[in-house]
Amino acid sequence: MAVTNYLLAGFGGQGVLFAGKFLANLGLIEGKYVSWLPSYGPEMRGGTCNCSVVVSDEPVGSPVVSAPDVLMVLNLPSLDKFENTVRAGGTIYMDTSFIERKPVRKDVKVVALKAAKEASENGMLGLANMILLGKLLADTAQTSINKALEESISAKRTDMLALNLKALAKGKSL
Amino acid sequence: MIVFDKPKSLSDKPMHYCPGCTHGIVHRLVGEAIDSLGIQGKTIGVAPVGCAVLVYEYFNFDFVQAAHGRAPAVATGIKRANPDNIVFTYQGDGDLASIGTAEIVHAAARNENITVVFINNAIFGMTGGQMAPTSLPGQITQTSPYGRDVKACGYPVRVSEMLSTLDGAGYIERVSVTSVKYIKQAAAAIKKAFEYQKEGKGFSLIEVISTCPTNWGLSPSDALKWAEENMLPYYPLGVYKDRNN
Amino acid sequence: MKKVLMKGNEAVAEAAIMAGCRHYFGYPITPQNEIGAYMSARMPKIGGVFLQAESEISAINMVYGAAGAGKRVMTSSSSPGISLKTEGISYLCGADLPCVIVNIQRGGPGLGTIQPSQADYFQCVKGGGHGDYKTIVFAPSSVQEMADLAVEGFSAAEKYRMPVMILSDGTLGQMMEPVALKYPAPKLPTSDWAATGTQGKRKPNVINSLFLLCEQLESAVVSRFERYKTVVQNETRVEEYQTEDADICIVAFGISARVGRGAVNLARAQGLKVGLIRPITLWPFPSSTIEKAAQKVKAFLTVECSMGQMVEDVRLATAGKKPVHFFGKAGGTIPSPEQVLAEIIKIGGVK
Repeated sequence: MAVTNYLLAGFGGQGVLFAGKFLANLGLIEGKYVSWLPSYGPEMRGGTCNCSVVVSDEPVGSPVVSAPDVLMVLNLPSLDKFENTVRAGGTIYMDTSFIERKPVRKDVKVVALKAAKEASENGMLGLANMILLGKLLADTAQTSINKALEESISAKRTDMLALNLKALAKGKSL
Repeated sequence: MIVFDKPKSLSDKPMHYCPGCTHGIVHRLVGEAIDSLGIQGKTIGVAPVGCAVLVYEYFNFDFVQAAHGRAPAVATGIKRANPDNIVFTYQGDGDLASIGTAEIVHAAARNENITVVFINNAIFGMTGGQMAPTSLPGQITQTSPYGRDVKACGYPVRVSEMLSTLDGAGYIERVSVTSVKYIKQAAAAIKKAFEYQKEGKGFSLIEVISTCPTNWGLSPSDALKWAEENMLPYYPLGVYKDRNN
Repeated sequence: MKKVLMKGNEAVAEAAIMAGCRHYFGYPITPQNEIGAYMSARMPKIGGVFLQAESEISAINMVYGAAGAGKRVMTSSSSPGISLKTEGISYLCGADLPCVIVNIQRGGPGLGTIQPSQADYFQCVKGGGHGDYKTIVFAPSSVQEMADLAVEGFSAAEKYRMPVMILSDGTLGQMMEPVALKYPAPKLPTSDWAATGTQGKRKPNVINSLFLLCEQLESAVVSRFERYKTVVQNETRVEEYQTEDADICIVAFGISARVGRGAVNLARAQGLKVGLIRPITLWPFPSSTIEKAAQKVKAFLTVECSMGQMVEDVRLATAGKKPVHFFGKAGGTIPSPEQVLAEIIKIGGVK
């Protein structure tokens, strides 16, 4: 049975929860069992925030991801906090625009992009999350990605659809 | 020819109130008001905890018994469920001015379209005469045996004045039932409060200065005298708020 | 039917609306605020009532009023707020009024944390308020089940004229899962006992929990407990997972049952015969299922997000026939399947 545990973390406002919701919708569209669990509470008010996403062939047991297969971090405090939790053989996706140090772990794969820098240079301010996801989902069918994005973006913000797609494509190309 | 009759809204159940208690008078005034407005069939009363806890036995319409102090919240639920009903609470000073201050303040602030009949007799009656938030400075009660000491217990709460500061409150009047003259004024005020609700004008409260001969340790006639001499100066009668004017 | 991602808090709110609930009274408290927000957005559009009360105490009393007026009504809160509502819950039970109360539990006692917990089991299952009474307590363990049990909650509440508590927690309230919300059109109750005005056509209805004579109260309570017997017969619900050949049986509800299910899978992968009993109703408690299991298994392991509350009911059901172990986490933390597996191995589940 295949199960992928994602943990996404960063500052509030960096789109961590949205990125997780997008991953969960993508899993749903691909016929998987999924769960999305945010950290909630005071840390949502401008502090660090994270969310757990589980995508599985079986019904999801605990939605709490304590040992992620994939860790995506957008700031240094998140790398400091979660680096050690990654399963051996797992992958860390990190935005090196704000994280200067390299991961210490040698038993995990590291994908490092200057996502925020790319975003601001390409008119996608605030979409570093989607650039990293674009890299993560490089092998995923575009039709699924399009559908998942439509499901994830609220009806009031459909104007953001094209820009998000652009950011995903940008990440894929890096 | 019948020249005097019991209001149809009152039941035949003998009331349990002490000799000289003014609850019976206020019950009658409420019954008369409801009869005269022809709203008996759509009226829901909300009963308090206090001496009037059994008020639902004395009226001929639907009633909901509330927990101590919560009558305005319960009335809100009923009124919001069926806005065409006429909903009133009947509460004493322990119920409304002590444990139920949050509920009454916010029902008034929301301009909840209900009517409140508030009995102020400056004492907890049913529990045996303890000090109420409305007990007067120096008043002797079971729990202020040396007289209400304002240094330790603070000052009485003037509910009508307090609630009239709220923009939400529609009609607030303080009346008394300590004399025939006052009873007539009280009857007019209570009827007006129900009319107010019937016309959809919002929150109305009638504070009724009442007596408690038993717990005051006075004869019924002395109790009426005591209320007029001691309570009326502290709790002046009159209209405190009338959005119509 | 197409599934969409929804938070537990949103799903329970939408399901209530689909069940015909048009009256919601609440007060803000984390982690259940999405319920109030959802209701405040939806109710005005469908002719319903959303009212943010001045306190949880007022909110439950507004529920009491609307239920007394014969309406399908709901409130929601989280642990400290449920403490405040217990007065009203006692009155609702005393007056035989139906309603649905959602508790998105957080850690306690006191202000505690806002993180998920199951430490309100005693409070919600055993009463909490004063007097002899029961409430039906549903314990969903998924977002879909939060919605489904809300719909069924209204039916059960009205059928037995008693409050139904949806005992959930911060995880289930906050998490999103795919759900399909599809329910038959609700049949709204016709409550001839409700306080709706006599219209001059019937004797007054009185909604009341007060009795002056102890004999009268006794007979009312006894007849209520007769009704509770039918609830036990008809409404007890439980799910079993891999219990047929189990040596060790985990007993867990809600979020802990999901962890327990994960632990069963881990244990089975190692060849350990472990199963899971998941009570879906906490009252009535599925004692007979546990009693039956006690004849076959070697031991039970109760897993809870508390210091151990439901474990007492498991012990009562097993009546000392088999050992009942406990593993729990307090303060808003959730055990991991690996921790539960370690506990299984510790109590003798070694091959």
